[in-house]
Amino acid sequence: MVSTKPLLLGLILLVFSAFWMSLSFGQTRISQQDLWQAFTAFDATSVEHTVVRINRLSRAATALVIGAALAVAGVLSQTLTRNALASPGLLGINAGALMFIAIGFTWLNLSSLLGYMLLGFLGATVATALVYLLAWQRGLLSPLRIILAGAACGAMFTALTQGILIADQATLSGLVYWLGGSVAGRSLEAVGAFAPWVLVVTILVWLSSRLLNLLLLDDETAAGLGQSVNRVRPMAGLAVIVLAGGSVAVAGLIGFIGLIVPHAARRLVGTDHRRLVPVSALIGGLLLLLADTLSRFIIPPQEMPIGVMTAAIGIPVFLVLVTRRQVAL
Amino acid sequence: MTQASTNAPMPSTKWPSHLRLALLMIISLAILVMSVAIGHSRLPLDRVIPAMLGLNEDFIVQTLRLPRSLLACSVGALLGLSGFLLQRLLRNPLASPDIVGITSGASVGAVLFIVVAAGAAPFWQPIWAFIGALTAAAALLGLTWKQRLSVTRVVLVGICLNSGFAAITTLLLVMSESTTSAMAYTWLTGTLYGANSAVNHWLIPATVVALLGCLLLKRELAVLALSDEQQVGLGLSTLPIRLLILCLSAAMAALAVSFAGAIGFVGLLAPHLTRQLLPKHLPGQLIGCALIGANLLLLADLAGRTLFLPRDLPAGIFVSAIGGPFFIFLLARQRR
Repeated sequence: MVSTKPLLLGLILLVFSAFWMSLSFGQTRISQQDLWQAFTAFDATSVEHTVVRINRLSRAATALVIGAALAVAGVLSQTLTRNALASPGLLGINAGALMFIAIGFTWLNLSSLLGYMLLGFLGATVATALVYLLAWQRGLLSPLRIILAGAACGAMFTALTQGILIADQATLSGLVYWLGGSVAGRSLEAVGAFAPWVLVVTILVWLSSRLLNLLLLDDETAAGLGQSVNRVRPMAGLAVIVLAGGSVAVAGLIGFIGLIVPHAARRLVGTDHRRLVPVSALIGGLLLLLADTLSRFIIPPQEMPIGVMTAAIGIPVFLVLVTRRQVAL
Repeated sequence: MTQASTNAPMPSTKWPSHLRLALLMIISLAILVMSVAIGHSRLPLDRVIPAMLGLNEDFIVQTLRLPRSLLACSVGALLGLSGFLLQRLLRNPLASPDIVGITSGASVGAVLFIVVAAGAAPFWQPIWAFIGALTAAAALLGLTWKQRLSVTRVVLVGICLNSGFAAITTLLLVMSESTTSAMAYTWLTGTLYGANSAVNHWLIPATVVALLGCLLLKRELAVLALSDEQQVGLGLSTLPIRLLILCLSAAMAALAVSFAGAIGFVGLLAPHLTRQLLPKHLPGQLIGCALIGANLLLLADLAGRTLFLPRDLPAGIFVSAIGGPFFIFLLARQRR
């Protein structure tokens, strides 16, 4: 365990410098003067200013917001199911979003990216609602049944998506955009619409840390303490829908963060959600920012897929954390 | 944060366990015969069954269909058993060979073969995949050995290795040309296309030996259901047991995916379907899990090669199409 306040402070500083790096470095190197002027005295004819304002700012903001949202959603999924292998995808979120987007490409002919984002979010919500409905048994939501229902629904939605892809090959090229996951090319408006939700939900989650801590106990103990775990679980599920469903809708499938960042954070600050939630959010945002910035330099002029970069940076760090520290889950 | 995977609800006791298992065996045989009879051309049963038993010479049955169906059986059974052992070992209902990195290790081997050694004989591809899977298993053992293969450590290192190998596969696909990546995608979905009887000659005996091995380990498997504290309290040294089960599970998964590609969901779904359908009796569960895994893949391959004729689609696509809804049905039935 590391003491929390210096860690939080250090992480915030790192996030700020990563944000600055993401704005400055890339195929076009931006000087500090240009970077400053792009915000204070914007000149639409300057290439540097346009790159910063149109391209890089939305990209850095997307990485930060999505990284944080996925990490918090990961913490919640693992707490909700008391399972170290759980990730937001477990609740059917990814599979549901993909299926709805595939349906959109095949039958709806939507024109705007925003339309697909909303459709993806709708899919994530429908899938998660179905998982909860199936898991609900005699007024109880047991972690085991959430896991089983999630696995089953995930399998079914994946199968349906594959069925659509077989029937209509053209859909695949449209889906690739979401399958790979990316933080580039999203408009600032899309991120701007999602960011307040992430902030509010994360704060609400942090405020309910004590209730979430109770979910880690077994159901009998929690009930004995007079807490209705059954009221917390649907609320936590709702938070996962907003955070992870929104992330999939905005940036597509970005793996690794939702599964592994919570574990890394737990190694650092333990299982108490009061510390775990903010530290996870910061690590998630930091990791995605760094990964996105580095992805521009590995195989120029192409960019490395973001999933490869997050794994390349995150895995060595995580393996060191896991094999050195002795913390029980 | 781990959970006993054994506390799944019991199936109703309307049918006694031996009868259930016998019924499952009959259904499996029927599905096997059906999968050989149905295809591009439909064959009558009085032609199929004698040919399957080796009484008649029949090119379609003996060279084209039977080897493929038998490969589906052994691969499905191996994956199902591997998942069963892992879920027991890790006491986690989400465990499967795909999630601890063994399948993705095999994928790296196979995709590397497609990208680097595309000119070589296809005979070598399963060997590359097998080496990849063994590398993953060795890394898993090596990185958790100091913690005496503790359950949480195996889980954490496993998901980490899985992400790492998946990233390497993506990297290889990005760097390669589009024709090779199309080939790689077929492998990554999992296909039984191009099965031949030479492989079956030793893969089927290997599957039977693996099942017998699992049955011999039933006492060890029962011990694994206890918590770490209980195991220590009983004075049992479980490290050799964990090592043995982990190696057996990894070897079975490695064999299966080497020949059929990275077929997902069988290792996850087959053990759960088994727990829902068969009583808790351990030997019965092991045999049942092998049969259910085999049936899942047989049906998936049958759907893949017959539903969209003349196209022959990878079986991996249909595993979730068949297993998913069936599992949802079982879950929904329990709610009442």
